[in-house]
Amino acid sequence: MSTVEELKLRVRELENELIKCKQKTDPETPAHVRTKIEEMSAEVVDSNPYSRLMALKRMGIVKSYEKIRSFTVAVVGVGGVGSVTAEMLTRCGIGKLLLFDYDKVELANMNRLFFQPHQAGLSKVEAAEHTLRCINPDVVFETHNYNITTMDNFTHFMDRISNGGLEEGKPVDLLLSCVDNFEARMAINTACNELGQVWMESGVSENAVSGHIQLINPGETACFACAPPLVVATNIDEKTLKKDGVCAASLPTTMGVVAGILVQNVLKYLLGFGTVSYYLGYNAMEDFFPSMTMKANAQCSDMHCRRQQEEHKVATEHPKQEVVKEEEEVVHEDNEWGIEVVDEVTEDELQAASGPKPDLPEGIIPIYTIPPEKSPEDMVEETEQSLEELMAQMKKMYGACDVSIAKTTTIVQSL
Amino acid sequence: MADEATRKVVSEIPLLKTNSGPRDKELWVQRLREEYLALIKYVENNKKADNDWFRLEFPYTDESISERSLLFSGGLGNIPVTYPATAPEVAIPELDGKTAKMYRGGKICLTDHFKPLWARNVPKFGLAHLMALGLGPWLAVEIPDLISKGLIHHKEQQSS
Repeated sequence: MSTVEELKLRVRELENELIKCKQKTDPETPAHVRTKIEEMSAEVVDSNPYSRLMALKRMGIVKSYEKIRSFTVAVVGVGGVGSVTAEMLTRCGIGKLLLFDYDKVELANMNRLFFQPHQAGLSKVEAAEHTLRCINPDVVFETHNYNITTMDNFTHFMDRISNGGLEEGKPVDLLLSCVDNFEARMAINTACNELGQVWMESGVSENAVSGHIQLINPGETACFACAPPLVVATNIDEKTLKKDGVCAASLPTTMGVVAGILVQNVLKYLLGFGTVSYYLGYNAMEDFFPSMTMKANAQCSDMHCRRQQEEHKVATEHPKQEVVKEEEEVVHEDNEWGIEVVDEVTEDELQAASGPKPDLPEGIIPIYTIPPEKSPEDMVEETEQSLEELMAQMKKMYGACDVSIAKTTTIVQSL
Repeated sequence: MADEATRKVVSEIPLLKTNSGPRDKELWVQRLREEYLALIKYVENNKKADNDWFRLEFPYTDESISERSLLFSGGLGNIPVTYPATAPEVAIPELDGKTAKMYRGGKICLTDHFKPLWARNVPKFGLAHLMALGLGPWLAVEIPDLISKGLIHHKEQQSS
């Protein structure tokens, strides 16, 4: 025989189940969607989704947490980092989220967080919006399913950055780059430099064991074009990193960590607490977090970056002088046979080709250096021919010798 | 960078001068003219060396300048707004799914062997360099591999 206590518990269970069933059959208020909340309350009750966030005020961390509802954040790239970033901001009760991504959800994405197998085939922004709206219907969503690097889309992208705020016509408060390629980052950089839009860049390395976030305020801190991209050194011998197989590895852990430090920085920046990081790296192999600030490069290749720098009037300091370290030559006491080491051509060229290295804290290295500008040689010659004439010339070259198409082309064309 | 042979090929392609992308108006036309000059030289060199391995087709139109940015679209993706700061993508949709060194849609993986090289040579490199140093080495590695795996087959010179 069951005790009275056990039976009481069972009755409560069944009652709860009954409530759930009733809610499901009522189309007006589906069980999984809560109604919108007009104002954030600090009341500590189980039904208040914001009680733990508002408690940040009582703890003395944030002065006015409810201000979060007045902010708009654009997330570009809704993949491993972007989707988690969007979820965190949604749960924090951000005012408006703009999501940009051209990709679809795939089963190959399931090693990362957020998306679920049944969403495979849906566009990432569409799938994300659906999930996020269920989590927090108070957030306003705007999604764009396109590639921002093409001409038309880029124009539209710029327009939404400058007009897509909570109040139409106002710019977004912050843009987050969660993309996975250089082209998209450069496109975002171009747009933000032109518009003077503050943004944060995030990234996870291809080997999945390091990542970084970076706050870019055009004109004040280094933009993405100011210096070659940086990586957090992982102390893995590059030669052991064979990439037969696929182009990139990924871990839900690293992506979660990077999304976490990104949104943490966003909250600190928007709500004004703690110290906002300008660059924060994450080396998963050694649990090392290098941090630094990088000033804008007065010789940046982006003209809008240079314009922003002038406007910000931070160009008061001179760029750091390059310290040239001369290596001492090793001279042996006697060299009876006149033996000397002759550099290979490649070494020489390598020396000439590598440019100055930026001054970086320990643990951060540039992906490559830019060689110093050389006098123009082997440049294209000036021509009087118009574009049309050149096109015709190119076409004619092919017309004249159709026969000698090389094997490779034939293979590729005849697949 | 690449081997001696590749370096020689590259040294024979003229470098470009104008740093201009498809969002510019007049300068972009100048850049396109330079692109053609470099490409014409490269194709000429290839023909001389009996190594004319690719064909670029350019639909001839009288459309506006912005349309012209699409002229290069053939096997190359659309020229991105950030060109020439970033290299354009090269896609071979016919090979999609046959090799792992490809992104969705048949875009070939240039990350390791080409992107840093391009970045160091902005704006001097153009589409001819992309063919010579990006697509060329990729095909040279991938095609024999794909043939040995039986995923693609060598057709005898059909056009002769």
